[in-house]
Amino acid sequence: MRHGKYPFVIGFLFVPVTLYVVFVIAPYAQAFQISMTNWRGLSAPQWVGLDNYRRLLDDGSFWKAVQHHGVLLLALPLITIVIALFFAFLLNVGGRSVGGQRQGVRGAKFYRVVFFFPQVLAVAIIAVLFQMVYRPNESGLINGVLMKIGLDPVLFLVKPNLALWSIIAVLVWQAVGFYVVLFSAGMASIPGEIYEAAEMDGASKVTLFFRVTLPLLWDTLQVAWVYLGIAAFDAFAIVAVLSVDNGGPDGATTVLAVEIYRNAFVYSKYGYASAMGVALFFLTLTFAALTLRLTKRESVEY
Amino acid sequence: MSITPDQPSEVSRRTLLGRAAAAGLLATPAVSLLGACATSTSDEGGSKAETGTKSATNPLGVKEDAPLEVVIFNGGYGEKYATDVHQPLYKKAFPKAEVKHQATQAVSTVLQPRFASGNPPEFVNNSGEKLIDFGSLVADGQLMDLTELWDAPSVDDPNKKVRDTVVPGTVEAGSFNGKPYVLYYVSTVFGIWYSGKLFNDNGWAPAKTWSEFTALLDKIKAKGITPYGYAGANAAYYQWNVILTHAAKIGGTDVLKNIDNLEDGAWQQDAVKQAAEAWAEIGAKYVDKSFEGLKHTDVQLRQNQYKLAFYPSGDWLEGEQKKDTPAGFEYQLMPVPSLSASDKLPATALRATAGEGYFVSAKSKNPRGGLEYMRQMLSVAGAKGFTEVVKAPTVVTAGSEGFAFPPGVASSQAALKAAGQDVFNLYFDGWYKELDTEARTATNELMFGRIKADAFVERIQKRADAIKKDSSVAKFKR
Repeated sequence: MRHGKYPFVIGFLFVPVTLYVVFVIAPYAQAFQISMTNWRGLSAPQWVGLDNYRRLLDDGSFWKAVQHHGVLLLALPLITIVIALFFAFLLNVGGRSVGGQRQGVRGAKFYRVVFFFPQVLAVAIIAVLFQMVYRPNESGLINGVLMKIGLDPVLFLVKPNLALWSIIAVLVWQAVGFYVVLFSAGMASIPGEIYEAAEMDGASKVTLFFRVTLPLLWDTLQVAWVYLGIAAFDAFAIVAVLSVDNGGPDGATTVLAVEIYRNAFVYSKYGYASAMGVALFFLTLTFAALTLRLTKRESVEY
Repeated sequence: MSITPDQPSEVSRRTLLGRAAAAGLLATPAVSLLGACATSTSDEGGSKAETGTKSATNPLGVKEDAPLEVVIFNGGYGEKYATDVHQPLYKKAFPKAEVKHQATQAVSTVLQPRFASGNPPEFVNNSGEKLIDFGSLVADGQLMDLTELWDAPSVDDPNKKVRDTVVPGTVEAGSFNGKPYVLYYVSTVFGIWYSGKLFNDNGWAPAKTWSEFTALLDKIKAKGITPYGYAGANAAYYQWNVILTHAAKIGGTDVLKNIDNLEDGAWQQDAVKQAAEAWAEIGAKYVDKSFEGLKHTDVQLRQNQYKLAFYPSGDWLEGEQKKDTPAGFEYQLMPVPSLSASDKLPATALRATAGEGYFVSAKSKNPRGGLEYMRQMLSVAGAKGFTEVVKAPTVVTAGSEGFAFPPGVASSQAALKAAGQDVFNLYFDGWYKELDTEARTATNELMFGRIKADAFVERIQKRADAIKKDSSVAKFKR
């Protein structure tokens, strides 16, 4: 069947590649071009060279946003993965042994569905939902209870040192369910005999987790880390809908996408916003490359 | 290209992971994609504009059968006034012309690509949260100079120019560097609002001086009602408006002119600092801390529930809250009280302006039709019809005569009359959006006690200086 191989392959690739070039590659290339202009989105742009990038260097809000991505990059994957691993372990191998097979805790199937719920909701809905949860007065979900029992309300999104963590909590809440399912699938593919053997040697549940589950899940963990890292570079919808004063108070929760949006669609500085977009592109690229390099390690075959 | 079904390739987990990462990467800075639509604009535009012959009934020389596209912001005022009042007026004057109506809540989303591709609609109501920055429109030559419209004879009296049928300041409000580009159509008065019923029931009277004001706030607080508040989450500019209004009353209207013109040290003028100090104290003593996390709708609702006494806003407030206002609430306006006897302006002075911007696209096909549409809007019939539909006064002097306004607008119109010549306005927020953003943030910092007045004026001044130096921002003077 070697004959006519290329027309066949090209025939199949033509449509997707064209779509990809038109809708992904071309706009990207154009973003690089626009970032070198002072385009206001209305008339033809004027070339300004690297001016926009020079301006980035002493833009306080830009660096604040970059700093927040740093925090998100550490906190979001770490917290999410720890919680998701814990739950996945409980749901899959945390229960007792039946006929030599490790089981999850009682009601594991039910919990698995419940954990997945946040993943089904649109991000904007989650943000609106948490507006109600965090509302700073008696009609807020948390503060309503606090005020009923006579405590002072906690100003989650208003206190500058609490606001970003309130946002991170929402991101974690939303992400955990998916990773519980991802890790569960990974754990399910670990052969039961390995656990059995380890148990016969007298391994406790903690030892089982750290010596058996974790090493055999390494590849899945890596995927999770990259995905969550990329999510940490986004966070736009949650911050835009949830935070006060669009990334406030006083920029305490701002992220690059919010700054890009503000510069492009509020200040009409499309050129400058594109420069930020290009910066974000390289930040994400660097992160992905670094992660893949750092986590390179022989995976255990079984 | 050696991968064929009979020779399966090794797709390892690593390469898969790499590809997944790349895919995610490409999806992330999606916002930059949004900005990346066509930038290829032809600049010739205006040359192909349609014109007709000028006559007594057609002083602007509109081509009689040229179609006209009208885009209306479907917000607080709705779109009914355009379809039921203004468009029929235009159709009556030019029966052969086709009027194409479109309403939107996101003006910039719908129209920005059309400006970018050189095919803008003739007439636009540029308003709402997603308006296109007026400064950029002017700087890019997208707006039609309205001088001809203002100098044209009015519809109702051919011996009177259009500019003489509107309240003074209307033309200036829409001018950039002295050239009129925007028609601001709705008369807007700013002040501090309270419920006439709440105040009557408690025997409270609106304050004229600062000591009266704080004494009143103490009394309100003792009653268990939040004395004063604004929404920090999205409407902090309602409060910087109060602070700057106060500054103008303390130091005279030049204080605001200096700010608008980006003069050196304009924000650090004594009057601004004094006003900021006074209001920081109000913030510390009388504002509920949770308001920083609330949206304007939440805070306005609390006032309707009699849980909040004073709320700063413009006189669109009454119409906006119509659905939530209990019977007998009676919105009333109080001008910002004077700080001391040495204030340059009297206690009755207030900020009033024309609001709700309309423009004609210079690069559209039928800009003269757009100008004529404005002329029809500014006729007595056009203005009366607007006021009847939306219950708000227009800038047309004869348009609101004899109309019975609801209590809130009636009180703001009375306050405007009482102010006489002491009416002023400010423009920087429309000219420099970045400065508006900074003022909002700084206002929250000030009112909720994180910075003092000195730091407040200093940080806004810093941003004003940066904008002044920024060559990519178009500058305006008045």
